Amino acid sequence: ETFGLGRAALPEEIAAWDKDVSPDGTGLPVGSGDVLTGEEVFAEQCAVCHGDFAEGVGNWPKLAGGAGTLADDDPLKTVGSYWPYLSTTWDYVNRSMPFGNAQTLEPDEVYAIVAYILYSNDLVDDEFVLSNETFEDVVLPNHDGFIVDDRIETEHSKWVGEPCMENCKEDVKVTMRAMVLDVTPDEGGDDITSAEPEAVKETEVVEEAKVEEVAAEEVAALDPELVAAGEKVFKKCKACHQVGEGAKNKTGPILNGIVGKAAGSVEGFKYSKALIAKADEGLVWTDEALAEFLAKPKSYIKGTKMSFAGLRKEKDLVAITAYLTSIGN
Amino acid sequence: ATPDPLITEVQPWASGLGDGVDETPYGLPIQYESDVVRRNVEWLTADTISSINFTPIHALDGTITPQGCAFERHHSGAIELKKEDYRLMINGLVDRPLVFTYADLERFPRENHVYFCECAANTGMEWAGAQLNGAQFTHGMIHNMEYTGVPLRTLLEEAGYDTAGKWVYVEGADASSNGRSIPMEKALDDVLVAFKANGEALRKEHGYPVRLVVPGWEGNMWVKWIRRIEVTDAPVESREETSKYTDTLEDGTSRKWTWEMDAKSVVTSPSPQSPITHGKGPLVITGLAWSGRGAITRVDVSKDGGKTWETARLAKPGEKMALTRFYLDTDWDGEEMMLQSRAMDDTGYVQPTKSQLREVRGLNSIYHNNCIQTWLVRSSGEAENVEVS
Repeated sequence: ETFGLGRAALPEEIAAWDKDVSPDGTGLPVGSGDVLTGEEVFAEQCAVCHGDFAEGVGNWPKLAGGAGTLADDDPLKTVGSYWPYLSTTWDYVNRSMPFGNAQTLEPDEVYAIVAYILYSNDLVDDEFVLSNETFEDVVLPNHDGFIVDDRIETEHSKWVGEPCMENCKEDVKVTMRAMVLDVTPDEGGDDITSAEPEAVKETEVVEEAKVEEVAAEEVAALDPELVAAGEKVFKKCKACHQVGEGAKNKTGPILNGIVGKAAGSVEGFKYSKALIAKADEGLVWTDEALAEFLAKPKSYIKGTKMSFAGLRKEKDLVAITAYLTSIGN
Repeated sequence: ATPDPLITEVQPWASGLGDGVDETPYGLPIQYESDVVRRNVEWLTADTISSINFTPIHALDGTITPQGCAFERHHSGAIELKKEDYRLMINGLVDRPLVFTYADLERFPRENHVYFCECAANTGMEWAGAQLNGAQFTHGMIHNMEYTGVPLRTLLEEAGYDTAGKWVYVEGADASSNGRSIPMEKALDDVLVAFKANGEALRKEHGYPVRLVVPGWEGNMWVKWIRRIEVTDAPVESREETSKYTDTLEDGTSRKWTWEMDAKSVVTSPSPQSPITHGKGPLVITGLAWSGRGAITRVDVSKDGGKTWETARLAKPGEKMALTRFYLDTDWDGEEMMLQSRAMDDTGYVQPTKSQLREVRGLNSIYHNNCIQTWLVRSSGEAENVEVS
């Protein structure tokens, strides 16, 4: 007996959402990509977090290396050393990556990226082409490295029954103290923000004189709806850029007061050579310059490390500029 | 003795006026409780958008976690999804692939249940040794709420699931998708498609407007912003069930499908963030216990690092897959204590020590660490996270 609630899911709707791929390749679209194309796409879309060679940047996941380390003290778990199924990599890249711009890759790009990840793990040579047809030929090294949960036999069967209540141990000694490591965050949490303004001040003073008048006028004229729309567009940028009070340089620089600011001038951020060259030529992030850059970052500044494909819609460009203008220093 | 001016003198609050009823249409805790908040451990992850924070369990009592301080774990950030824009699809091995709106979900018969949600990585930083000083950081990837929702079984029946389908694959609407495969047996048993927690709408950070509740099983399966349920004949083996949330043993092989969260407990006070400030005499030792395999039946507390144990008082009889509060009302002699708690559940299982776990699993499991925790409480009343022999 049913309630007769809901409506029939249309085939187009199921096709739009049902994209998961299983170990036997079920769900893979037709397509292909080779290692060398993959290297280019990877550099553009993935390297900002995962490194040019899939070796990982900072705390971001390493995708290559670690072969034979799983029984070591500190195993390195990567696609090559740990992941049992290639389908998982394809599926995850296709549906969840790039971080902050998910579900924008074409199937051929995904095939190419996955081919390159295999290559970075020394699992295929540089001639290799991954396609829906060659997919099943690839067996990852740790394919047989997993067992199904056996805790019921190996643990539960042992750790049952009436536990000891008295004289359970002869002697008890402290063998390790968390204090020694001292990695617990401070309770207050505001010590960092109180220390930082000093360091930032110097550049701020210089910028202020130039920017203040312009900014004051623009802020007054900003359309709040446009700013709100821009805030939404900014979600695409948030993976790498922070704004507002307490913002820090992450993968990308802080964007407080960026509109009207000289390019390459955020204190403490390591810019690409290409951007520094533009800055030396005197590039200032005016509305127009910013819009042009954000429309096609890689062609506006060839060699920028900003791994963002660009905003295609004019209205998004206008909105994001309004939003960034609304954020002062 | 000197009379207490707080009693003998008229205080401002006893003479003047407080806030009117319109002051805070939706209330926040009083300013004096501003330290009772979720906290993040910055070095754990690359970015707060794909990260976790911790429930301040050291400062809470009872068992229900207020939503505003219940830990958050996101893989691509907490998204804002309106009820009007919400869609839930059921497809795969079903007679009738269906799409439900939020309003549709509200028309199915619904249930209320209290369940804990524990991240599989809770206490994970403690495998190699005592690391973080505070119950919030060692055990705070947990919350416990009363959920209102529709049994997943009801929705599967509405779509006419095929008995050949041994699994359901569930995925969220956020950018990480975060899909997991759940065996059909569990899906038909007690899984809820929930839209309220503690009586009110879910918070954004917990999957507003609709999340999955998978009682007793690791938090990663409790898919937030759930948008699709696919009946399948095999598990999808997604990223979160292969490369993550699997437990590597000493010989390098790894356990997968370690879904149930084993029985576990922790003393929440006294603890490093909740020291004893009153000196010797009456002392309330309290904590939380839970089991993903059933109800807590008993909790023992040791003050001497496990040499002798006393059975604590349960505030209420344990409930299945929900937090249980325990108390040991004691008289403290002012001497140093090595405080531990040990939970038992209705399968007869006794919470193991860290060395027992290490014997079976080694040091590299990362997830599912349910060992007995030790706090060294000094005669000053301060407490510290330690490991003992």
